[in-house]
Amino acid sequence: MVPLSWYLIFSAALFSIGLFGVLSRRNLIAILLGIELMLNSVNVNLAAFWRYGDVTNITGQVFAVIVFAVAAAEVSVGLALVISVYRKRNTVIADEIDMLKF
Amino acid sequence: MSTETIIWLIPLPPALAFFLIVLFTNRNKALSHTIAIGAALLSWLGSMIVFARALGVERLGERPFTSSINWLATGDTWFKIGVLVDPLTALTLFFVAWTVLMIFIYSVGYHNFGQPEGDHDHKGLPPHGATVEEHGSKHVVPSVEPMYSRFFAFIGLFAFGMFTLVVSDNLLTLFVGWEIMGLCSYLLIGFWYGKKSARDAAVKAFMTTRIGDVFMLLGIAYLYSVTGALSFREIFTETTLHTLQIIPSGVLGFSTAGLIGLLLFIGTVGKSAQFPLHVWLPDAMEGPTPVSAMIHAATMVSAGVYTVIRMFPLLSLDTQTMSVIAFIGAFTALFAATIALAQNDIKRVLAYSTISQLGFMIAALGIGAYIAAVFHLITHAFFKALLFLGSGSVIHGMEHGVFHTGKHEVDPQDMFNMGGLKNKMPITFWTFLIGGFALSGFPIVTAGFWSKDEILADAFAHNLPVFLTLAVAAFLTAFYTMRQITLTFLGEPRTEEARHAHETPWTMTIPLIILSVFAIGFGWIGIPEHFPLLGGLVPNWLHEFVGGTLAEHPEAVEFSWTPLLTSLVVALGGLGLGYLFYRNVNSPAEDKLQLGFLKNKYYVDEIYNAVFVKPAIWFADKVVYQIMDKGFIDGILHLFGPGTQGIGDGIRNYFDLPFINRFLGDGSANVTYFSGEKLRVIQTGRIQQYLMLALILFLAIGAILYFFVFSV
Repeated sequence: MVPLSWYLIFSAALFSIGLFGVLSRRNLIAILLGIELMLNSVNVNLAAFWRYGDVTNITGQVFAVIVFAVAAAEVSVGLALVISVYRKRNTVIADEIDMLKF
Repeated sequence: MSTETIIWLIPLPPALAFFLIVLFTNRNKALSHTIAIGAALLSWLGSMIVFARALGVERLGERPFTSSINWLATGDTWFKIGVLVDPLTALTLFFVAWTVLMIFIYSVGYHNFGQPEGDHDHKGLPPHGATVEEHGSKHVVPSVEPMYSRFFAFIGLFAFGMFTLVVSDNLLTLFVGWEIMGLCSYLLIGFWYGKKSARDAAVKAFMTTRIGDVFMLLGIAYLYSVTGALSFREIFTETTLHTLQIIPSGVLGFSTAGLIGLLLFIGTVGKSAQFPLHVWLPDAMEGPTPVSAMIHAATMVSAGVYTVIRMFPLLSLDTQTMSVIAFIGAFTALFAATIALAQNDIKRVLAYSTISQLGFMIAALGIGAYIAAVFHLITHAFFKALLFLGSGSVIHGMEHGVFHTGKHEVDPQDMFNMGGLKNKMPITFWTFLIGGFALSGFPIVTAGFWSKDEILADAFAHNLPVFLTLAVAAFLTAFYTMRQITLTFLGEPRTEEARHAHETPWTMTIPLIILSVFAIGFGWIGIPEHFPLLGGLVPNWLHEFVGGTLAEHPEAVEFSWTPLLTSLVVALGGLGLGYLFYRNVNSPAEDKLQLGFLKNKYYVDEIYNAVFVKPAIWFADKVVYQIMDKGFIDGILHLFGPGTQGIGDGIRNYFDLPFINRFLGDGSANVTYFSGEKLRVIQTGRIQQYLMLALILFLAIGAILYFFVFSV
């Protein structure tokens, strides 16, 4: 069996890729994709810790399922926002949507 | 109602009238005088009921009407105030109620009620007359007093003071009434306050009587400290009086009773204008004439004499005090009578005659002639009220003449401007004649004769020097009275104004007629039993009645021809000589008695001015004002002022401005502004930059926590 650290390293790499995507991509949809990656890296962690901990306690799996549900909801709302922004401003570039300032 | 309740209620209506008029009806002249006269009428009614019931009580002196209530807690006991009606009070109430009512009614006419408003009358000045058009021609008529309602309010308060004083059963409420009258005399003498002379007279009256009042208050306090009581019935018990008599006061060999009596008597000297405090009374003539009548007959001066009569049981304990009283009284009687000889103002003659007559009463009291003093007090009140109201009527008639001719420089009070008013003002003449004859003691018919004769008889029996002094004074009284009557009413009119004088309205003449009835009839109640022919026809009711006030019924003096003949001679002689002397005198130059020292009242005013007033003013100005006030008090204030200002400046400049304002106030604002200015640049609105910043901060804080906190 592969050791726990492998999973953790994989998960951290995945999270970092997602974070980099969120911070560096200009397209809003790409940013949403980055967020999905980060969420899924967390799911990998949860599943790994469950598997290497007390197997009878299924809290980790349940938590992972909830994260899926939240991610699905988040994506649907996020995409809807993106469409709405596009309709208003005719763009999906994050840098151009800069009304959140004084 | 029980008699006691009525006695309690007697003083109240005039006080109520005062407040009603002052507070509510000041603008309505008719309503004001209705209220005032109504109040006087109620008090009169109460007094008459009490008087009538008092007559019906056998030996009232031993069982007087009394009622008292607890007023002030003084330690274990209560200080009581209450009312007392014994024969003395009953008689006083009788004459006070009558004269007050008459004066109230008279004032309506005197202040020209019903006449038009004056053309240019001012408040505080006597009315100057109004022009009216009648039958196509213009002429001037008297105008109504501008402060009509105020006058009635004041005399209402005045009456309240007098009634309070009379029905009081203790010295304290008596003193309260006494002081109310002092205030009212000030207000009324200065009623026409626009005139400087009236203002000065008011101040003079107030200050002079105040001197007496202070001594009187001392006497009351002394009495209270010795006996612990101020109620007459408690003081005039045998044991208390005996205690007072035997304890020496330590002052000039007076007993306690003597010293207290003397102090109380000084109060009377002020109030009843005896020498040396007589100076205010002639000046009090500045007030309207009803006020003069009020002060001289009904209330003020009578109150002074009433008080010493009331305190007689105490006074009579010390012969030294009695001698002082007799001396002051007799001296004043003569002294004032001589001054009256040379006065030309009709009211001033009467003023000095009042002082003189009061001297008679005081002298009578001083020689122990209690009943004679009471008798003369009452008859004097009636005929002096009559004379004053009569003189007011004369002045009023003369003013009518002045309005007619329009020569306002003519003094309507100067007797040398009058003459021959007998035919112009018949009612005034006859009533004035009755009053004047009563004052002179015209034999048999007038009341003044009986009371004065009784004083002379008592003086003859007890004290010959006093008798002689009073006899001379009585002669002078008759003389100057006849001088006054001759100059005013007889002969030919000396001026155009006198020729156009006019009888006064009925509101003024009716009181004159009523008072003249008393000026004649009131003497008959006190005819001595052993008087030739008349004695015994009418019982000497007064002697029986008033005598009952004292614990020891005074004996009537033996009849003697000497005082009777004396009083006949001085009265008739004075009147006759007065007529003969002044029959043909038409100007002050022809009057041989216009001597400088008489005319100037023996320079008493000037002496007082030089001895008391000038030094007082000098002291007030130089010492109190310049040194004390400006130098000392102001100096201290001038130290305090800059001192506090300096402290204030310091706090402001070195604490408030730099610390509170600059540091705390401006500083916090600046810091916030500066930090906001610097931090605004990171607020770009770009979501990825925010995230970047959050990440960096997260990493930084995480690193700090990792290396510095969790590693330990």
